[in-house]
Amino acid sequence: MRLRQRLSKLAGMKLLRGTKLSGELDRLQDQLDRLQAEPSEEEIWRSVELARHQERPYTLDYVERILDDFFELHGDRGRADDQAIVTGLGKLGGQTIVLIGHQKGRDLKERTKRNFGMAYPEGYRKAMRAMALADRHGFPVVTMVDTPGAYPGVAAEQHGQGGAIARSQAAMVRLSVPTVACVIGEGGSGGAVAIAVADRVLMQEHAIYSVISPEGCAAILWRDAGEAHKAAAAFKPDAAHCLELGVVDAIVPEPEGGAHTDPDAAAQLLERGIVEALQEIASLEPDERRRRRREKYRVMGVLSPA
Amino acid sequence: MSSGQERVDVSVETKKAPDTPAEKSHPNTCPRCGSHYRDDELEQNLRVCPQCGHHFPVGARERIEQLADPGSFSEEDAELRSADPLTFFDLRPYVERLAEAEIATGLGDAIVCGSATVENEGCRLSVMDFSFMGGSMGSVVGEKFARACESASEGGVPLVSFSASGGARMQEGILALMQLPKTVCAIEELHDSGGALFSVLTHPTTGGVLASFASLGDVVLAEPGALMSFAGPRVVAQTTREKLPDDFGLAESNYRYGHVDGIVPRTELRPTISRLLRLFKEQ
Repeated sequence: MRLRQRLSKLAGMKLLRGTKLSGELDRLQDQLDRLQAEPSEEEIWRSVELARHQERPYTLDYVERILDDFFELHGDRGRADDQAIVTGLGKLGGQTIVLIGHQKGRDLKERTKRNFGMAYPEGYRKAMRAMALADRHGFPVVTMVDTPGAYPGVAAEQHGQGGAIARSQAAMVRLSVPTVACVIGEGGSGGAVAIAVADRVLMQEHAIYSVISPEGCAAILWRDAGEAHKAAAAFKPDAAHCLELGVVDAIVPEPEGGAHTDPDAAAQLLERGIVEALQEIASLEPDERRRRRREKYRVMGVLSPA
Repeated sequence: MSSGQERVDVSVETKKAPDTPAEKSHPNTCPRCGSHYRDDELEQNLRVCPQCGHHFPVGARERIEQLADPGSFSEEDAELRSADPLTFFDLRPYVERLAEAEIATGLGDAIVCGSATVENEGCRLSVMDFSFMGGSMGSVVGEKFARACESASEGGVPLVSFSASGGARMQEGILALMQLPKTVCAIEELHDSGGALFSVLTHPTTGGVLASFASLGDVVLAEPGALMSFAGPRVVAQTTREKLPDDFGLAESNYRYGHVDGIVPRTELRPTISRLLRLFKEQ
């Protein structure tokens, strides 16, 4: 199993560009105990289905279970209030935090209102506005990622979709407050990573995080969107692979059968993961935290040995 | 009418569309105005049609030749190559596609970086090449761009980036997506050190490259007619069933909506870049 190999590789290295590894080793060992084997093609597809399950808890389902006294903030202060992204203030374990998350709808009416969780640039500008507020007042930022992708529409392009996603990432890279991102459903491409650049990135056991949707990849590389199974098996969007590749820092377990079978239990597990992650990074000096955050992303990727 | 009948119409249309004029026409025909050109003339004119100003694609090496002072370019990190972290296999293995692209283009990946002078002003150049797997961004493109930021910072000169990309490289999966925050982090470090980034968008700059470093220049320029959209026209048309405006996603439309500082014809790029380099030079 490749995670085991990575563990032994890490154990053999003293320093990775100045990052202390002992913490990472512990965390990986911890995660390793939970995972049994490399997920099969069927298991990967099962995650794709569970991540999109129509009863899967969405951001606001977790907000009402995890945060006390949630106060929603609306609008990007420029043009609109994009309902595909919710932002707000709330208490987590007695501490005020800023919450930013994609929001899908449960029924047709709400799905339309939330645009299926696909944000316009206005949504990312609303997120940036909430980040700036958090930074001003020293509130940690917690994000919840659950989107098929940023909305591909004419107005979205005219309003600068690409630039908004780029600037939202830059804003997250600049924050001096602690940041935790949780992939809770679909982590779809640029629209997901726009609010997922954080000190700690968590991923639920059956969430997916990918560069393109399985259907999109199949349509391009196989010239047949029906080959989505094969595409997903090839680009491996499941949590175990994301952890193995160093893209996420920890996997948050879900109740047996998926988060939708017991949303209360799923919320408890997610809350524990967020609180633990915040504790890990709370004591760092802001500059040091930001330095490590950038360092983490700076080394992502795999190059061929020369 | 049933939707089944509509679908038949569309497929008939799309099947018929491509094979009309292109097949019969002279190989050296400008796709915009239909005028004929000689290869050497076109090259001398920086691959801009002398009749109508259509900008033909330019590879990374030729771009550098067009822009940098003769003999001033010194390539950096040329040895970097992609690995195959997912042992990706679609209809063909990723490693095979990589090897083929390298043979076809003579490039190690879809980006060439190095130091140069432009009208005697020092800078770092980062130039993408669309002919290498559609200019897609994987680990090598992200790494070379990040190193170019660091090199510009160390050298105390601006970084001039030319983008041409279909987006993130699917064959590297989630690691390709992670090149977005990676290049963004590198730009933040460059900016923190007082360095500048000029970003020139060339046809086409889409997807993950537009949604990361290409949009974050202190000054953002585009070549005329360059497509610069996060989602491509086909995806937008299919998803929304909207009729797209004629200038959908083009540099001209982006200029109107305030996303670029200027549209600069290729023939004006060298003097424009050197002007900016002088403006950003510390006194």
